[in-house]
Amino acid sequence: MKRADDFQKRREHLIDLTDEQLKERFWQLASQMVEPLIDLATKNTTPSIERSVLLRMGFSSLEAKGLVEGVMDRGLMGKGAGHVVYILAKERNISIRDAGLALLEDNLWNEVLAIFEGGNKV
Amino acid sequence: MTLDINEKIDVKEILKDLENYRPKRRGWVWRQKVEGLKMGPFTYKNCSKPLVNSIPLPSAKYFGDIDPQPEHTITTEIASGRFEDDIRRMRMAAWHGADHIMVIRTAGQSHFDGLIEGTPQGIGGIPITRKQVRAQRKALDLIEEEVGRPINYHSYVSGVAGPDIAVMFAEEGVNGAHQDPQYNVLYRNINMVRSFVDAAESKKIMVWADIAQIDGAHNANATAREAWKVMPELMVQHALNSIFSVKIGMKKSNICLSTVPPTAPPAPNIHIDLPYAVALRDLFSEYKMRAQMNTKYMESSTREATVTHVLNLMISKLTSADIQSTITPDEGRNVPWHMYNVEACDTAKQALVGMDALMEMLELKKDGVLAEKVRELKERAVLFMEEILETGGYFKAVEDGFFVDSGYYPERNGDGIARKSEGGVGSGAIFERSEDYLAPVTAHFGYNNVSQYDPSAVNNPSKLIGGCTFEVPEKIIFIDELDETDNVNVRMEETKELRDTTKIKPEVEWLGDGVVQMDLFLSTSRRVAEYAALEIGKKMGLSDVEVIHKEIMHPSEGTRIQLKGKVEFTIDTKDLEIPPEPDIMSEEEVRADIEAKPMRIVAGTVGEDEHSVGLREIIDIKHGGIEKYGIECNYLGTSVPLEKLVDAAIEINADAILISTIISHDELHYKNMKKIHELCIEKGIRDKMIIVSGGTQVIPEMALKTGVDAGFGRGTKGINVATFLVKKRRELINEN
Repeated sequence: MKRADDFQKRREHLIDLTDEQLKERFWQLASQMVEPLIDLATKNTTPSIERSVLLRMGFSSLEAKGLVEGVMDRGLMGKGAGHVVYILAKERNISIRDAGLALLEDNLWNEVLAIFEGGNKV
Repeated sequence: MTLDINEKIDVKEILKDLENYRPKRRGWVWRQKVEGLKMGPFTYKNCSKPLVNSIPLPSAKYFGDIDPQPEHTITTEIASGRFEDDIRRMRMAAWHGADHIMVIRTAGQSHFDGLIEGTPQGIGGIPITRKQVRAQRKALDLIEEEVGRPINYHSYVSGVAGPDIAVMFAEEGVNGAHQDPQYNVLYRNINMVRSFVDAAESKKIMVWADIAQIDGAHNANATAREAWKVMPELMVQHALNSIFSVKIGMKKSNICLSTVPPTAPPAPNIHIDLPYAVALRDLFSEYKMRAQMNTKYMESSTREATVTHVLNLMISKLTSADIQSTITPDEGRNVPWHMYNVEACDTAKQALVGMDALMEMLELKKDGVLAEKVRELKERAVLFMEEILETGGYFKAVEDGFFVDSGYYPERNGDGIARKSEGGVGSGAIFERSEDYLAPVTAHFGYNNVSQYDPSAVNNPSKLIGGCTFEVPEKIIFIDELDETDNVNVRMEETKELRDTTKIKPEVEWLGDGVVQMDLFLSTSRRVAEYAALEIGKKMGLSDVEVIHKEIMHPSEGTRIQLKGKVEFTIDTKDLEIPPEPDIMSEEEVRADIEAKPMRIVAGTVGEDEHSVGLREIIDIKHGGIEKYGIECNYLGTSVPLEKLVDAAIEINADAILISTIISHDELHYKNMKKIHELCIEKGIRDKMIIVSGGTQVIPEMALKTGVDAGFGRGTKGINVATFLVKKRRELINEN
């Protein structure tokens, strides 16, 4: 879009604001602008977020990457990759690391899927 | 492990046992301001706690070698592609006042889906890996002890692996990071939804680690065709990232706006840049300012860049800056070299200290053109946001190409960067969290159903797994190397000779890169000079010769050329014959001695010799000669007979005779020395008279053999002679 500078016309409703009021308006608009973005971030997850969860659970970057790919392939991202590992460790009464390493070796996925009743491929 | 000032940092030692190294602290540290700091003869208003070890500015020698440190954190960006060589540069930069060391990432890392591991060599930066970060943080933990001030280590939390990197940074004690989802969207074409969702997690992790955040708004300056026209938009970009961060939980004092004065001379830049700087600081009064220098208009002249940067520093001083970042003056022509990082740090320190307490005497006007422009910029920014919301919000505005348009908003030129919310790298990888979604870790943002397993862990989700790596760092898995051929061990083996022996080679960025730079003037036109310079470089034995700067002095009279090339040879320092350093007293000490006991000398060029330049340089106050220290000099002229000098010395009761002996034909200079020594014995004054001789052909050891007290050759300065006179007189007094 091309448009000439119509600042003088557009600013009419701002002329009477004090500097303080203008600043308040600036921040109120900014806040309004990011609200939907915060909402999106609250409700969604991504492969990198899930990898970062697994890193914090004590997996290496290579392991985290493999696990998240496995979780995505089985439609379990909505549950959380850390959740997948956690629940397996809990059910089997094994350590978090052992649970993750078993999944990386392609074992026990059926057990996980059974727990989550098949997952939910997005 | 501690550092010894007289030893180079041992990178091998740094790499040893790295898998078990834990950083000694986390979080950002500001400088400690000292109100009314006294250093030398001065009192400073805007300085901070001095360093234990540092290199002062060259002129500091006139002020008792003081090295006042500004209150601003000073940033330098270091990333040559080899982190092991960057460690050495970090140490040098820290000694020159840098306490914020920023590491640029290798080209392409932002599109790498995951963490890179090991120590591969980078291009235009380094691959940010756990091993490299840990090694550099470990080195900085030592360097900060050496200089006596905490050093903030910094890199980037962006790209498609933002949260992965944020976790690694939090674990490894990184103190500052760039984090701004808009950067991903606009400049890296990473899917915008993904960028914001990831950013929320990254920021939450940074909050836990107390990492200071720098945003990416300044990139619009560098990208827009006419950088000063994006000023309203810049404020919108800053606002968006700042308020988004606050809503995630970041404290405002950790949110730093990356702001660059948008223009450079020959534009009337202060007139344009100052209103913008004021408007920004008004609107963002609760946030921190990271003032960066202009790069947009940088050419290959390091002088021109430095002047622009000093003007940028003046804007910082007239308004405010919490972090003063520096751009190396050679960035317009190559990936920065060691010495230019140091120059940039010195430029910032010099200008900021020079402008200390400036605002005690100045005040920015609250009315007139400055106030009008400030108001106008703010209004334009508000109008920009109003239109974003009218259009349907941020994502819609990006799709419509609102950002980085070169029109001065509300003017639009239709050349903005437009992105699709469904497109870009990493699109289609956003997953809605189900009701039972769980992430059993600390510092996780958004919906997290912890209570399904343990209601008591809601505020501490990692309780479910007995603590995550943030509480139990032993859980971190360290990967050493993944590539057998591209790693630090291979590179260090290649440069082993230069690391483990006394051999050296010139370098600008990597150990033994062999690069040298030359400055030439050629009395011809620019293009001819350029090609002539290449030939000159080759004839001097350089390889890979390249002209890195050319400047017209006059279209036909001449051109200045800067050239770089490589040398292949090494020098073994153990084979060098290095004479001991001349013994020099401080100027203050000499002056005090002369003040306490005045000294008088007679001087002249002896024999049939009309040369006078050398002796005058040793005597005259305007050349830094001995008169400067209060020594009374009686200069008898040229071709002075030896007898006349001795008689004059007796008559005025002089402490010393200084003779200049230029002509060395038939050893005449040494013969004259011997003669004046004997003459003084004859007259019975030798035991209380100091005889000093000098000249370009004089070899000090030979002079002593003639019986005089000292001989001074080429390169002697007044202070050398003054030091000798003072010391010799003390000796004589003790003897008598």
